[in-house]
Amino acid sequence: MEKLLQVDDLRTWFRTSRGIVKAVDGVSFDVAPGKTRAIVGESGCGKSITALSILQLVPEPAGYIESGKIHFGGEDILERSWTDMRGLRGREIAMIFQEPMTSLNPTRTIGWQLSEAMTVHGKDAPAARARALELLERVGLRDPNAALRQYPHELSGGMRQRVMIAIALANRPKLLIADEPTTALDVTVQAQIMSLIKELQDELGMAMLLITHDLGIVSEVAHDVSVMYAGQVVEAAPTRDLFHDPRHPYTQGLFASLPARNRRGKDLMTLDGIVPDAANWPTGCRFAERCAHRLDACSAPPALHGSGTHRQVRCHLPSAMEVTK
Amino acid sequence: MSPTLLHLLYNLSPLALIGVAVVIFLRARQTPLWGEAFRRLARNPSARVAMAVIGIYATIGIADSVGWYDATTQERRTVIDAIFERKPERTYSAPLAEMTTGEAKPQKIREKHILGTDSIGADVFYRTLKGVRTAFQIGGMTVLIVTPLALLLGLTAGYYGKWRDDVITYIYTVLSSVPGILLQIAMVLVLGKGIIQICLALGITRWVGLCRMVRGETIKHREREYVRSAKALGVTDMVILVRHILPNLLPVVIISTTLGFSNLVLSEAILSYLGVGVPDNVGSWGNMIDAARDELARDPVIWWNLTAATGAITGLALSLNLFGDALRDAVDPRLRS
Amino acid sequence: MLRFILRRLLQAIPTLLGVLTLTWFLFFGTASAESIARRNLSSKDPTPAQVQGWIKEHGYDQPPAVQLRKATVDMLMFKFGKSDATKEDIWTRIRQGAGPSIVVSSTIFIGTVFGAILVAVLAAAFRGTYIDKTTTIVCVLLMSVVYTVYVIGGQYFLSKQLRYGPIWGFDPASGLFKYILVPSAIGFAAGIATEIRLYRTFLLDEISQDYVRTARAKGVSETRILAQHVLKNALIPIITNTVAVIPGLILGGLLLENFFGIPGLGSYLFEALGSNDFSVVRAMVFLGTLLYIFGLIMTDIAYAIVDPRVRID
Repeated sequence: MEKLLQVDDLRTWFRTSRGIVKAVDGVSFDVAPGKTRAIVGESGCGKSITALSILQLVPEPAGYIESGKIHFGGEDILERSWTDMRGLRGREIAMIFQEPMTSLNPTRTIGWQLSEAMTVHGKDAPAARARALELLERVGLRDPNAALRQYPHELSGGMRQRVMIAIALANRPKLLIADEPTTALDVTVQAQIMSLIKELQDELGMAMLLITHDLGIVSEVAHDVSVMYAGQVVEAAPTRDLFHDPRHPYTQGLFASLPARNRRGKDLMTLDGIVPDAANWPTGCRFAERCAHRLDACSAPPALHGSGTHRQVRCHLPSAMEVTK
Repeated sequence: MSPTLLHLLYNLSPLALIGVAVVIFLRARQTPLWGEAFRRLARNPSARVAMAVIGIYATIGIADSVGWYDATTQERRTVIDAIFERKPERTYSAPLAEMTTGEAKPQKIREKHILGTDSIGADVFYRTLKGVRTAFQIGGMTVLIVTPLALLLGLTAGYYGKWRDDVITYIYTVLSSVPGILLQIAMVLVLGKGIIQICLALGITRWVGLCRMVRGETIKHREREYVRSAKALGVTDMVILVRHILPNLLPVVIISTTLGFSNLVLSEAILSYLGVGVPDNVGSWGNMIDAARDELARDPVIWWNLTAATGAITGLALSLNLFGDALRDAVDPRLRS
Repeated sequence: MLRFILRRLLQAIPTLLGVLTLTWFLFFGTASAESIARRNLSSKDPTPAQVQGWIKEHGYDQPPAVQLRKATVDMLMFKFGKSDATKEDIWTRIRQGAGPSIVVSSTIFIGTVFGAILVAVLAAAFRGTYIDKTTTIVCVLLMSVVYTVYVIGGQYFLSKQLRYGPIWGFDPASGLFKYILVPSAIGFAAGIATEIRLYRTFLLDEISQDYVRTARAKGVSETRILAQHVLKNALIPIITNTVAVIPGLILGGLLLENFFGIPGLGSYLFEALGSNDFSVVRAMVFLGTLLYIFGLIMTDIAYAIVDPRVRID
């Protein structure tokens, strides 16, 4: 099947006083139309920077895309100029961010900000206004008419995230990038927001790239999962396969650190050690320091084995490589 | 005590000052924060130029503080006096000119003056050099008033809160409602001209900004975990304030002091121009600018007096500003990622 | 809104009382009547009788209660009394001088604030480029020059050499513009650098906010982001800060009016400083404070209007 989004060997680096920080260092994945790909990993593994790279929104001037290809609908959008990217942003590819408290402009009304998402892409003001009301109703704001004239600080976190969703979906994009959309919210609200996103995704037939560290959400909504560690994808597979049979020691560690019914009464596993310094990645396997199954071979960098459609693992362990056959 | 001995003892104060500065610098370099900041400063070319220029000014200021008792004039003579003092001419003379200007019959001058002479025939270069020490004195003494006052009141208000905070906040609200320049001129007018008076006036009007900042930062730190746990462990307030909170405030205090210093140098010039500044017998760039008020209207134009003073004061203020900016960039935690 | 303004006015009362106490202490508590008299008579080498006569004539021998009233109640009623040096009625001179001062300083004020916003927006739009860096360097340089040098040098180049305006005098009847052009330009040059740097920081702080990223993700252009999102938010700290321009305006009035012969309050105060005229200085300190407190209240009101997060009732 033709992929909607195809990211190949993406490298997004940052110039800092400590040298070049290779936040994203050779990441590849794809998203099929209408499907959901989740990218999971600890904070600092580069998953959010990967998401921002797709829209070329990496914080400048420190951050830059060093190399790689990002094909969207068959076109390499990294070839697009900053100005040409604007036509894509918010119209073809939309994004929801983690912090609903700060992601809205505090001095503009909800209606203004929602309408703007449409007027910048050519819709006239009255039509945008009408659609804004419709959208607010759809995302479940209690009094959408009043909300149009309200300022962000007058809404709760959950309500603001609903507004962010309305803004993202205003132009019926083909791809939604959701960067930890529920992390900053109360636990009770998280489920509501996630099911709203899922519902709207099905309604619009959108594809979604979901950035999260919450494996529970992944199991519910994602078709495919890529696990990131230290700026690289260490394992990628269809969700079901990955949950059923994680192969990379890091992925295994992630699952083991979750409370699960079948391990009731046992201690929760923790991953010892910390993520290595992004300005100075280890030359060999980046997980070797924390890995329980370390081999001599691990002092050389492992390749990502396997085919893109099935399972890929970046590990020297025979048990991990086995799956690719 | 004989005047000779007394004047030699005066020399201890600048030497002690250098000693203290060196010790503080060496100790600060041991800490991770300042050690890193100094390394960054050393890499920054504009900071290096600024530090070199400030160093030259400081050397002149110190050379003008080291001196001895001159028995013939019964006055103190400093190293600068001994090297740069020139016999007065009759009146104005242009830089390196051979004749005086500004009098009906120009006279031949005794010796060449690199920056010319002023209305009473004094060497402009010498007078410019004499302004350095005054500038440092005013800046330094005011800082010595401002910083302890702001720290003491800011820490007290921020840490203890309640009525202490109310009283201190009220005091600085009142002080900051009087536009600084008006309070300064009123104070010097009432107290009389003089370096001490200027420092007092500048100090009283300038501690408020720093105090506000210290108070705000202290409130932030008071709520932090490490302070709460220290309190829970029974550490006394004094120890928490001095050992825990104060070191965290130092970067802010030092940067604002450096940037404030250049402002103080400029303020002296303004107050002297307004006639509420340094007495006439003390070297001062403000007084030189004040004297130059009508010199540009003369024919031929007397430009060297104003230019010398402007160059000297701008050079110092600019270096201090650049250094302060570089220091802020070097220390600012927001840039440390 | 009315209640908000009223509350803000009431809050200013304790501050004003504090200022009055401060000036009373400064003028009647720190200097003895005799030293004030001697300073005013200094050129004439006074006899004790002359000194006593001067003290009596100018009312510095009155009991503390009367002096306290003079320093507080009378001030609040704008009864400033007579000048120590010239015996003129102070209030009359203030009324005469207010006009020219207001004209010159409001021109400088408006020019500085709008000019600084314009330059700061440009610097922020081209952040990190040589345009931005040049602006920063020029600003630091401008900030390092003494105001008095701007005044003396500005008059020499703009008035004497380029003849953009008269060197001295003020005659609105024959064209206000030419008289205020050069002084305003000098005040503008002397004060703008600090504001540009400050506004630039405010703008850059806003540019790094999350909502700007949201706007970019919506496909909004950088120009529109700057004009419609960033500037509106940056106006909040900018407005809060405009009141800090007032002391600079007072200093400007003091230096410029005297040097260009504009008969405003600055000239009046400058004269008073030259003749050790305590009563005039006292009145001017009070007026300046009143102006500043008024500025603070106006700022709060403007702040409440611009920032929707501030509740005004």
